[in-house]
Amino acid sequence: MDPVTIDTTKISTIKKKPQTALEKLEDTGLIHTVLSAKDRKGLILLTTVDQIFNWARLSSLWPVTSGLACCAIEMMGVAMAHHDIARFGMEIFRASPRQADLMFVAGTVTKRMAPRVKQLYEMMPEPKWVISVGSCSNTGGPYHESYSVLKGVDLIIPVDVYIPGCPPRPEAWLYGVIQLREKIKNEGYGAKWGINK
Amino acid sequence: METEELLINMGPVHPSTHGVLRFKLRMDGEIIKECTIVLGYLHRGTEKLAEMKTYLQFIPYTDRLDYVSAMPSNYAYVKAVEELADIEVPLRAEYIRVLVMELNRIVNHLVAIGSLLMDLGASTMMMWGFREREKALQLFEMLCGARMTFSYMRIGGVREDLPDGFIPKLKEFIEDMEKRIADYEQLINNNEIFLMRMKGIATISAEEAINYGMTGPTLRGSGVNYDIRRLEPYSIYPDLDFKVCVRSEGDSYARYIVRIDEMRESLHILRQLIDNMPESSIIATQKYGIIPMTGAPYTAQTYFPRIFTPPAGEVYSRIEAPKGELGFYIVSDGTTKPYRIKIRSPSFCNLAAIPQLVRGLKIPDLIAAFGSIDVVLGDVDR
Repeated sequence: MDPVTIDTTKISTIKKKPQTALEKLEDTGLIHTVLSAKDRKGLILLTTVDQIFNWARLSSLWPVTSGLACCAIEMMGVAMAHHDIARFGMEIFRASPRQADLMFVAGTVTKRMAPRVKQLYEMMPEPKWVISVGSCSNTGGPYHESYSVLKGVDLIIPVDVYIPGCPPRPEAWLYGVIQLREKIKNEGYGAKWGINK
Repeated sequence: METEELLINMGPVHPSTHGVLRFKLRMDGEIIKECTIVLGYLHRGTEKLAEMKTYLQFIPYTDRLDYVSAMPSNYAYVKAVEELADIEVPLRAEYIRVLVMELNRIVNHLVAIGSLLMDLGASTMMMWGFREREKALQLFEMLCGARMTFSYMRIGGVREDLPDGFIPKLKEFIEDMEKRIADYEQLINNNEIFLMRMKGIATISAEEAINYGMTGPTLRGSGVNYDIRRLEPYSIYPDLDFKVCVRSEGDSYARYIVRIDEMRESLHILRQLIDNMPESSIIATQKYGIIPMTGAPYTAQTYFPRIFTPPAGEVYSRIEAPKGELGFYIVSDGTTKPYRIKIRSPSFCNLAAIPQLVRGLKIPDLIAAFGSIDVVLGDVDR
C-alpha cells in the first residue's frame, strides 16, 4: 500500500510562532531529527515513524570492512583513537556484509575486483548506503588511463556520497560521513525502496 | 582421522588479508594441505602507466605502490633516475631524504605490528600504533602537506626544505617514541597467548628464505645478515652508525622482534641526522643540458628542466625499503618518457613463501604468518 501524499506547495511557508511542545522543540534547532513538513517532501502521515527510524539508522551505521587500496589505511586511521569514528556510532566494522548497512568503497576498484564489490553490495541487507572514498573509486583518479581500472564505482553500484582526495584526509572523511547522516535524516519512508522520495 | 577434503576461499574481501588478496586453501579438517595465492585484484597497471608519463609525472605513482611507506618508494625511483642521468644530489637533500625514509620505516613497522596484533585479536596495539603513527604523520604534513602519499622526493633532491619548528617536534617524537617502544614490548613480548601463536609457527630456514627471494625483516628473522644499507651502501648510510637487526629463529616471533629492534635503530639514525644536518641547497643545481628558468625563487621546480631527457640506457637501482629490497629497473630510449619500468617489489617476493610457510598449519596460523610477513597489496599487484 502506498503511503498517502500531500501536495507540499499548498502548505503555507510563512513561519508561525511555535505553539505546541514539538514545534517549540523544532524551533530551537537542537533536535536535528525533527523536521518540518516541507523538508519531508510531501510525506506527512509517517513523519514521526520516519524520524525515529532515521534517527536510529543514522546513529549506528555499521560499515562493512572492505578496504581495497590506499584509502583503506586511512580508513583504519579514521577508525582509530585520534580521529575516532566511534563518535558517530560507526566503530563496529563488520566483517560480514550481512550485518552491515554502509559500505565504504575505499580504494581503486579494478576490473577484476568490480564483480566482487558489486556482490558485496548486493549481499548487504536493505536499507544500505554507499560512500565512495577517494579519487580512484570516484572517477578512476590517477589510474584513469589504466587498462585495468574501473572508471568510477558508480558504474556498478549506486553511490550516496563521494569524498574526493587521494586519499582523503580523515577530516574530509568525517565530513563525508556527516553529509551521509544529513541525507539519511531527510529520507522519507520507503525512500530506499524507490517509493515516495 | 581421515576427513573429506574441503576447498576454502579466503578473500578477496577478508579483514586479515590486508587488502584484496585471495588464498585458495585445500583443507583436511583444520589442517591446511595446500595454499594457493590468487593475485591481481589490485592490479592497476602502474608499470604500463609509467610508459605514458614523463619521468617527473611518475613520482606520484610510486607513492601508491607501497602506500604504508611511500617515502622509500619515492626514493627508490628518483635514485634510479639520478643514476641514469648522472645527477649529483646535494648533501642536505640526502640527509633530509634519509631522515624521512627512516621516519617512514617507523610508521611502516607500527602499522605492521598493529595490524598483526589486530589479526590475532588484540586491538590495543593497533590503537597504540596508530596513535604514534598519527604523530609521525603530522611531521610529514608539516614537511609536504600530505599524510600518506607524499610525492616529496624530486629528481635531484627534495621538494621543500625542512620547515621551521620541524626539528624540535621531531626530537619530541623521538623521545616519546623511545618510551612507547618499551611500552609495546611490555604489552606484547611476554604475553602468553601471543607467544603461543607466534613462537615456532611458520618457521622458514635461512636457505629456504634466500631461495624464495625473501628480503627485509622477514629474511633477517631467519638469521641472514642482509641489509642493502650495509651491503650496497647508498645515500649517506656509510657515514651513519646503525646495526643490522638479525634473529636466528626464523619464526613469526623472530620477524616481529626484528621489526621492534629496527624501530629503535631508526630512532638512533634519526638522532644522528638531526645532530649532523648540514647546510646546503636541497636540489641539484647542475644543468641537464637545458638552462633552468632564471630570476625565479630557489625551489625544486625552478631547477628541474621542463623537458628532462636522460641519456639512453638502462639502470637497476635498489634500496632497503621497510619491507625489503625495492628495486627499479628503468630502460630509457633518450626521450622524455621511460621506455620501460620494472618494479621489484619486496611484498611480492616475500608473499611467494606463504604456501611453503603454512603447509600443515591451521587457518589462524596462516593469519599470524601472513601478518608477520607484512605485505601491502598495492606493492604486490602494482
